[in-house]
Amino acid sequence: MTRRDRAAELRTIMSEEGDAIRSNAQALTALSQYAVDSLPRYEQLREEARSIKEDAIDQLPALIEQVESAVDANGGTVHLAEDASEANQIIREVIRGRDAATVAKSKSMTTEELEVNHALERAGIDVWETDLGEFIVQEADEAPSHLVGPAMHKSAESIADLFNERFDPANPLEAEPNKLTEFAREQVKRRIHEADVGITGANFVAAETGTIALVTNEGNARLTTALTDTHIAVAGVEKLLPTVADLQPFLELIARAGVGQDLTSYVSLFTPPVETPTVAIQEEEPTEPDEREFHLVLVDNGRFEMREDDDLVEALYCIRCGACANFCPTFQSVGGHAFGGKTYTGGIAGAWEAGVHGHEHAEDVADLCTGCSRCVPRCPVKIDIPWLNAVVRDQVNQPTAGSPLDQLLEALPPELETSSPRSLALAHLDSLAEAASQAPDLANWAVQSETGKWALETVLNIDSRHPLPTFADERFTEWWGRQEPLPDPDIEVVLFPDLFTEFFRPERGKSAVRVLQTLGVGIQVPDPADTGRIALSEGMQAQARKRARGLLSALEPHLEGGRPIVFLEPSDLAMVQREYSRLVPGPDQETLAAASRWVMALVAERLDGNETAHEELPTPPEESITIHPHCQGRTIGTVSLTASALEEAGWRVEITDTECCGMAGSFGYKSEYAEVADDVADQLRSEIGTEQRVGVEGGSCAHVIDGFDTAVSHPIRLLDPES
Amino acid sequence: MATDRIETFESALVGTADLHRTTSTEFRETIAETIDRPAVGLPLPFEDVSLADLPVDINPTTDAIESAATGVTPASLGIADYGTVTLDLSDDLGDLVSLLPRKHVSVLAASDLEPDMGAALRRLDSTIAENRSSHVLETGPSSTADLGTMVRGVHGPAEKAIVLLEDR
Repeated sequence: MTRRDRAAELRTIMSEEGDAIRSNAQALTALSQYAVDSLPRYEQLREEARSIKEDAIDQLPALIEQVESAVDANGGTVHLAEDASEANQIIREVIRGRDAATVAKSKSMTTEELEVNHALERAGIDVWETDLGEFIVQEADEAPSHLVGPAMHKSAESIADLFNERFDPANPLEAEPNKLTEFAREQVKRRIHEADVGITGANFVAAETGTIALVTNEGNARLTTALTDTHIAVAGVEKLLPTVADLQPFLELIARAGVGQDLTSYVSLFTPPVETPTVAIQEEEPTEPDEREFHLVLVDNGRFEMREDDDLVEALYCIRCGACANFCPTFQSVGGHAFGGKTYTGGIAGAWEAGVHGHEHAEDVADLCTGCSRCVPRCPVKIDIPWLNAVVRDQVNQPTAGSPLDQLLEALPPELETSSPRSLALAHLDSLAEAASQAPDLANWAVQSETGKWALETVLNIDSRHPLPTFADERFTEWWGRQEPLPDPDIEVVLFPDLFTEFFRPERGKSAVRVLQTLGVGIQVPDPADTGRIALSEGMQAQARKRARGLLSALEPHLEGGRPIVFLEPSDLAMVQREYSRLVPGPDQETLAAASRWVMALVAERLDGNETAHEELPTPPEESITIHPHCQGRTIGTVSLTASALEEAGWRVEITDTECCGMAGSFGYKSEYAEVADDVADQLRSEIGTEQRVGVEGGSCAHVIDGFDTAVSHPIRLLDPES
Repeated sequence: MATDRIETFESALVGTADLHRTTSTEFRETIAETIDRPAVGLPLPFEDVSLADLPVDINPTTDAIESAATGVTPASLGIADYGTVTLDLSDDLGDLVSLLPRKHVSVLAASDLEPDMGAALRRLDSTIAENRSSHVLETGPSSTADLGTMVRGVHGPAEKAIVLLEDR
């Protein structure tokens, strides 16, 4: 698909489904945040859940053996399916073996992955979804758009229209949720009664006892298993846990994370075959207990290969809660039909699609992940979802043989792995900026001219509607070169000249110098450097790693000297503290991470108890200042440090709730994503409203908010004695 | 233990289910007040506490269950932190009695009220390991949010009540 087509597709989705998606997602996130905040042991439970999953995946072959014996001893059968085709064959054969023609199904994303419904229908078997959301998308002949709420892209009005059209009831249905539910309930109940076989998924499978756990709200899964005499449970191998007791952290987290309930209405712990006769409604004979059949179909379909991959293995810990979709600013704009692959939706879908369906299905998802990391603290099993998407982007970028660019690249050094001129340009932004800054006026004129914008759009697919940042007259390090060092400093730090500060907003660097010197801090400034953040976003992991090594090497003398490395740009701070532990793991990275400080943290520390310093800083205004924290900054904790520093200096601080400005570094400049970025930014725009000035931590966010005609300042500038 | 844990249970139940605290002697009165008729139920395992001679059919046909307004079942354990009660699926009609009528009443002995999820699962783990049994943890009525707002009573009851036997 061309970039233009992709932009058009996203635009259509946002206009048709955007409102429903956003309001549903925001309802879920509000409930979820509340549920999580009410759980004091939240972090501890996440640790436990993570640890149990790590061990379980590690021991997977043993767990499979164990569940086979357990289920067998209970009177059921375990089938191992290597791929979708084998799984569907097994399911078909079980159904045929019972002489059955109709299946009632409760929701299972694994069965969507395997396309079970399609396979059964081709074999002449009727399949009816019983979960309300699945029932709706089945009737609408649409794909589910969310792991947990498949119909979250549909408004109540569209559902009423759908039911009226499909079922033609005597009294047309209104768009009233209770009435719609009642109607659906009757339809579904009828279908469950008629069904011969019940198919469910399994949220978890306890290997020791052969117990499957189903986490539900509606009751349809229970009715499905109670009223049919053959139960087929389909589960990916990654669902296996050792025992029922191991379910504890998962049960306490899954509903809070995913839907904002403390616990779902029903958690079924089935150890089938259940020993009761089926119950027959309406004069049928109930089946005798020993005629009940249970089949557990355990599916590989790429999972074992994921398990062998050092990075993708982490995706196997996923418990399908949906939090990474709900909290994702991009998902909130476009929903799962855009932010999804063949089956899976939301942030974690990048790794899953790559693992089970192939990288061509993962590309769009991985690209829509901006790396904002707001999903990271919300994942119950602590999966680093942005990292997984960075890995998938990198894996996608291994050049496709034969393309003209590939042939060109053959001649170039191997670290230049990419398939687009734009990625190449962005990953070498520092070199380009260096050249451009020789003649900033000319460079600014060039990129802002009509010709320049046309060229950027046509050659590099950079959206002409989003103005690029302006090159400053003088680079930060040039200005620094003329400054006097502080005589007699209390401490000495290294101020890191990130690309934004160096080329585009040197005033934040200048303010930092003045504030820190006022606070008795001596400063050294190394050469400006690119941390590799952009290359990583562009799926150029080798390039990112090269930058990381370069930076570690350049900072080595400072680290050995025990000097803190102070950052003005949260995305770079997050890079060295989080992503570097994956890119360049080891003691050097750990030293750097430990030495790295957010500038406002240092300010807070220096202000604490230092009354004289307070007098030399500007008088804070009467009214409070609104601060918009950087997305990655929120995840690593810059927010409270910024607030502390300002409050220490006598300011009153309000923090925005909107978690992402949409720009996400380079994301918002890309022609295919510019409108999505705008949609995300609109949320921030409404929140900021008519504020005159906003304190903005990150360079990209500053650029976006600047576009709202609001004055922006890096928080450090608020404290600058010279401003 | 008893009062603290029951109070925790009570707060957890706010908004999810009605709690009726009672004793073995006052049980009959409490049930009579709690149920909407017609009512069906399963026999209760608690000493000197029974549904016999109450307007609850404890040998219901499936038709009776379909047309009942209330289903009454014993709970094998409760979780104070969550307001959860469990149903053992060892009875033929357990699922249907608890799912089909619009109101579901669970009868729980205070001595079976566990403080938290960990304690409850450890107990269930032992039971399941020994008996290979099946259970459902029920918290509040059946619900869905698939239509944008919370709707109760999808394929299960819209209303839930718990009768807590404080002296059992």
